[in-house]
Amino acid sequence: MIFDYETLKIIWWAFMGILLIGFAVTGGFDMGVGALLPFLGRTDEERRVVINAVGPTWEGNQTWLITAAGASFAAWPLVYATAFSGFYTVIVLTLFALFLRPVGFDYRSKVEDPRWRIAWDWGLAVGGAVPAFIFGVTFGNLLQGAPFHFDEVLRVTYTGSFGALLNPFALLAGVVSLAMVVMHGGFYLQIRTEGLLVLRAEKAAQVAAFVLVAAFALCGLWVALGIEGYRLISMPDPGGIIAPLAKTVERAPGAWLDNYSRFEWLWLAPAFGLIGPLVANALAQRGLFNLAFWTSAAAVSGVIITAGLSMFPFILPSSSQPNASLTVWDAVSSHATLQIMFWVVVVFLPIVLAYTRWVYRVLGGKVSVKTVVENKDQMY
Amino acid sequence: MPSETVVDLSRLQFALTAMFHFLFVPLTLGLSWLLVIMESAYVMTGKEIYKDMTRFWGKLFGINFAMGITTGITLEFQFGTNWAYYSHYVGDVFGVPLAIEGMMAFFLESTFVGVFFFGWDRLTRVQHLAVTFLVALGSNLSALWILIANGWMNNPVGAEFNVQTMRMELSSIRDVIFNPVAQVKFVHTVAAGYVTAAMFVLGVSSWYMLKRRDLKFAVRSFAIAAGFGLASALSVIVLGDESGYTTGQVQRVKLAVIEAEWETHPPPAPFTVFGIPNDKTETTDYAIRVPWALGLIATRSVDEEVTGIKDLKKEAEKQVRNGMIAYEALEKLRHGDTSPEVRAAFEETKRDLGYGLLLKRYTPHVIDATPEQIRSAAADTIPKVAPVYWAFRVMVGLGIWFLLVFAAAFYFVALRRLGPQRWLFRLALYTIPLPWIAAECGWFVAEYGRQPWTIAEVLPTFLSASNIEPGDVWFSLIGFVLFYSALLVVELYLMFKYCRLGPSSLHTGRYHWERGSFGGQAALESTGGER
Repeated sequence: MIFDYETLKIIWWAFMGILLIGFAVTGGFDMGVGALLPFLGRTDEERRVVINAVGPTWEGNQTWLITAAGASFAAWPLVYATAFSGFYTVIVLTLFALFLRPVGFDYRSKVEDPRWRIAWDWGLAVGGAVPAFIFGVTFGNLLQGAPFHFDEVLRVTYTGSFGALLNPFALLAGVVSLAMVVMHGGFYLQIRTEGLLVLRAEKAAQVAAFVLVAAFALCGLWVALGIEGYRLISMPDPGGIIAPLAKTVERAPGAWLDNYSRFEWLWLAPAFGLIGPLVANALAQRGLFNLAFWTSAAAVSGVIITAGLSMFPFILPSSSQPNASLTVWDAVSSHATLQIMFWVVVVFLPIVLAYTRWVYRVLGGKVSVKTVVENKDQMY
Repeated sequence: MPSETVVDLSRLQFALTAMFHFLFVPLTLGLSWLLVIMESAYVMTGKEIYKDMTRFWGKLFGINFAMGITTGITLEFQFGTNWAYYSHYVGDVFGVPLAIEGMMAFFLESTFVGVFFFGWDRLTRVQHLAVTFLVALGSNLSALWILIANGWMNNPVGAEFNVQTMRMELSSIRDVIFNPVAQVKFVHTVAAGYVTAAMFVLGVSSWYMLKRRDLKFAVRSFAIAAGFGLASALSVIVLGDESGYTTGQVQRVKLAVIEAEWETHPPPAPFTVFGIPNDKTETTDYAIRVPWALGLIATRSVDEEVTGIKDLKKEAEKQVRNGMIAYEALEKLRHGDTSPEVRAAFEETKRDLGYGLLLKRYTPHVIDATPEQIRSAAADTIPKVAPVYWAFRVMVGLGIWFLLVFAAAFYFVALRRLGPQRWLFRLALYTIPLPWIAAECGWFVAEYGRQPWTIAEVLPTFLSASNIEPGDVWFSLIGFVLFYSALLVVELYLMFKYCRLGPSSLHTGRYHWERGSFGGQAALESTGGER
């Protein structure tokens, strides 16, 4: 399959979406479980149950994030360069929080001292909650546009501040993201644990589901009535040589709804995000934990797809120089690179999914206080 | 252009975080194969002791692996945070191996590592061995793609500058993958990892023998480490990185700097065993030279020249002048003058565009550079000689020392006379940290020796950084130093704790601290062990 440049650009927008959804659906529940850890587990054994429910598989899940970042470097180099340098402090803080996870999982139970273990429990909670919240804040800023511009050789300068990133709309988007992973983690724990923990997880997931629906709906209203969206007025041929500064962009209230009025079936995505959490919650109440988890996964995907669809074809709009906004048409790699990377994804993604499935089958099943006590020197 | 402070701080931060990351990578690369060997012995013989070995060394592998994951993610993010212009300028090429690394290697490694630790009772023996193998394969493939990316920075083949997009673009993925510099780097780097891991197992096992505990366990571990280590130490020396130093201009500069080779000698060039390089006089004082040796090592021939620093600098001056022509033509092209003469001028000189960019440090317009400025830019293409020269010698000296230790260890293992050689056990124990020093020296030679470029002959370092504030970088740099120091203390504490406990940490009831013999408990408490 040899695709023309324009088609490949759209395929790569979809691929990036798949990688992000892959991370939110798998790494998402790990982060939620981490965030819930100090609250759900009342004793050391209970906490070890919670940790071991995700411990053996979390590393593969986080790889979705690593791969998404690597793929953005290869496919959207200008986005990678602009976002990572522009949101410098936020990215660094995310890194610091992420540091606590690998060592937290592996080191926590290797020393008996309760102070040591409690410290790592909170480390895992920070490592789960903070990145999830920051990812939401970042999306909130993407939707509003960020103040950056390019000089004539495409060197980017970001003129915003760290404080400006923490604006009300972005914080609300952060709440959406945090509620999303907590809900998802709660539903996952119901599958993997027993007894009281299942009940506590259910309660947490329920609260998070309601918060998610409310915050997501509020975000939607805000996007429709409050913040300005971006609209592409004119641009060079999307199949030709890329020229990121040669287009015209306008800002307008409600512009993020343009795609939905053109294709009404797109409303399915926000519908999943709004109704999915409620359905998942109802399923969990009836003890259908697996179904609840997968419904939750669909809801998480719905939220992310909603953000992507609203902004398409924009990836990172510029509030200070709208014509410099980065889009799927002009922030991309060369035709050759997109084509080669297409093959890499088409070949390896199914393989990754296949062995991930196998690994979950091998390591699945309930984790109980009893197994943790019996294998206390082998388990996390 | 980013300020000089931002460039310097970003360089410091990258060097610190990359070298810190590489404290954990070598053990992952090598220990994973040692685990495969030990577990294969278990599958073939059915002896529990080999399973215990796999699990105990696997525990240490896990403690180290967690730090590798923690510190690796920093590097992937840092190209974007601190080197934004670099990321834009070469992402089309450089991003490709990084993305493939994620899809092909890192997923494999990190998905199966959990099964390695938690799948013992859920899989058949052969299945579990296959999982261990996949972890080793994944981590080594990961190194392959990272080193293809790094090899491209040192010898950027398979890519062309695109005038319309003002960046480097991929022209041949095959050239990027089969870049001779990358291939040599890969073999050399993973072999160095194997040496590190083998010395670690050899040294810790030696310590058990010195303490006369868990002898059967220690002897078997020692034997495997000796064999694997000897083979690795030989490869790391024979397949030394030097053979990659004849392709690419910057690699040639690096070679001359490593050897403090100021003049071009008639081939084959002599090798300087010792001497004190002097940047000012451009001579090596008190030099002791072995005739022919350098020519043989570097070019694998007796008739190829190794170009000296003074001649390389003269070549660079020509390239800077060419680069000015390329820059001028590029400016005209960008502003719409696409006449055949301008195009021809650019086509002819575009190879040296990067040398023109070196002048940006002295004059923003490049084309108005004075002869003095051109000379300065040409002089910039030679990194400081002494640090590279010494780092290389430390690395090589240590490499030879490792070969001797492994050879002695292997000799006694092969004779089946292991036991009374307490001197050898002590040597192996004290040698444990040295492979890390050798590996860090190697990276220093490769990367400091690449200066003033991030991408050899294409993009100068001072243009690569992001337009960020010094305060931003101070914040992250201080954060990294604090976090990494704290985590290193924790990691070393656990490493020491589990090394002291030894296989008793598996709680199988078969090993030293669990036998309930007199003194066992007291001794355990004195070493700070658990239970």
